[in-house]
Amino acid sequence: MNRYNRHIILSEVGQEGQNKISNAKVLVVGAGGLGCPILQYLVAAGVGTVGVIDFDIVEESNLQRQTLFGTSSLGINKATAAKERLQDLNPTINIIAYQEPLTPQNAIELFKNYHIIVDGTDNFETRYIINDAAIIINKPIVYGAIYKFEGQVSVFNYNNGPSYRCLFPTPPKEDLVANCSEVGVLGVLPGIIGTMQANEVLKIILGFDGVLSGKLFCYNSKTSDTYTLKIKKSDSEFEKILARKESFQTQKFNFNCESKDVSVNDLHQFENIQLIDVRELHETPKVNLDNCIQIPLHELMSRINEISASKTNIIFCQSGIRSKTAITILEKHNITNCFSLNEGATAIIEQLKTEL
Amino acid sequence: MQLQIKYFGLLAEITNCKEETFEFSKSLVSELLEDIYVKYPLLKQKDFKVAQNHEIVSNESNITNPEIALLPPFSGG
Repeated sequence: MNRYNRHIILSEVGQEGQNKISNAKVLVVGAGGLGCPILQYLVAAGVGTVGVIDFDIVEESNLQRQTLFGTSSLGINKATAAKERLQDLNPTINIIAYQEPLTPQNAIELFKNYHIIVDGTDNFETRYIINDAAIIINKPIVYGAIYKFEGQVSVFNYNNGPSYRCLFPTPPKEDLVANCSEVGVLGVLPGIIGTMQANEVLKIILGFDGVLSGKLFCYNSKTSDTYTLKIKKSDSEFEKILARKESFQTQKFNFNCESKDVSVNDLHQFENIQLIDVRELHETPKVNLDNCIQIPLHELMSRINEISASKTNIIFCQSGIRSKTAITILEKHNITNCFSLNEGATAIIEQLKTEL
Repeated sequence: MQLQIKYFGLLAEITNCKEETFEFSKSLVSELLEDIYVKYPLLKQKDFKVAQNHEIVSNESNITNPEIALLPPFSGG
């Protein structure tokens, strides 16, 4: 096929190598600054099945570095918007978009469908979920992370190599809370680090020597300095995770920085409640209450001035997933007096019936 | 011994330098950390790994090589 000619004429790849790429299944977690270049190059290279999972939606401030998206993607789920662009980039492969957060509950079943997991997330919690789930079902992880002008790249759990926990056994205490706060980043940096991750994925698929396993590569885009740290495997870290295997899927997952989840049973604790329905207008059951307004999720940013700063905003949808995304958006706009209802619209109606 | 210490990520924002020469007369990594904390008390609240000659070392290890690096985890993406 002419599309992959420049791969095939490389003696190190050839038709045989390109067939390996075509047969590979790779899951990219996060379609943000790292995820965009990772996806772009894997899809262009012809990876046969590319999965992308992201619950978040495209915002204007993403466009400076998340190069799969354009102005027309604003307000659209990132996995969906990425898939649309990627399908045009390479219509010959299978691209699967998952519009949900990665949790201990869905990680293992999802990872089973893929050969390689790529970590393009932006928070410690998801990084540890990826690490632990990948160890439980023994899949390699291609890791990348950035901070301002600095990036880290490594391959974990590959050919009996070390894991993320062999490097950093537990999430940092302080930063667990602070990691949602946005810090600046020069747009090119995630492009460089994400492209390095895509390179490691292809090296694994092609069976090259020199995969970045057992090493953490550090790059400073401001000074052009590089530093490579050797990482030793810690068997006890693997044993600890495997010992927790059975309870892994029942772990509580704090989706947001602090708990912003409430149940209908908790609503009586709040005063001055404003209910906000972020479902589409056609969705049922309808919730007809004086203190309820409907703002479909994709309109939330443009109608943000309708959210009251003085009321307690309880966001709900059908199943509690879009409402969490809404919380993330509102928090980015410094609207913090808001909570996501774990249950959906049906539960509100049931609750009203019992109150009557 | 004159050590050359590299600071990564937000640690370099606290020390206000990416690299410095550090005079050290004791022997253990834990003792080096105590000296570093005296100079930069804010580092004490941060999570990071200490590397000596590009390998992670525990607090109980001896300082045998002048090349030291302090590496925090990054979460951004």
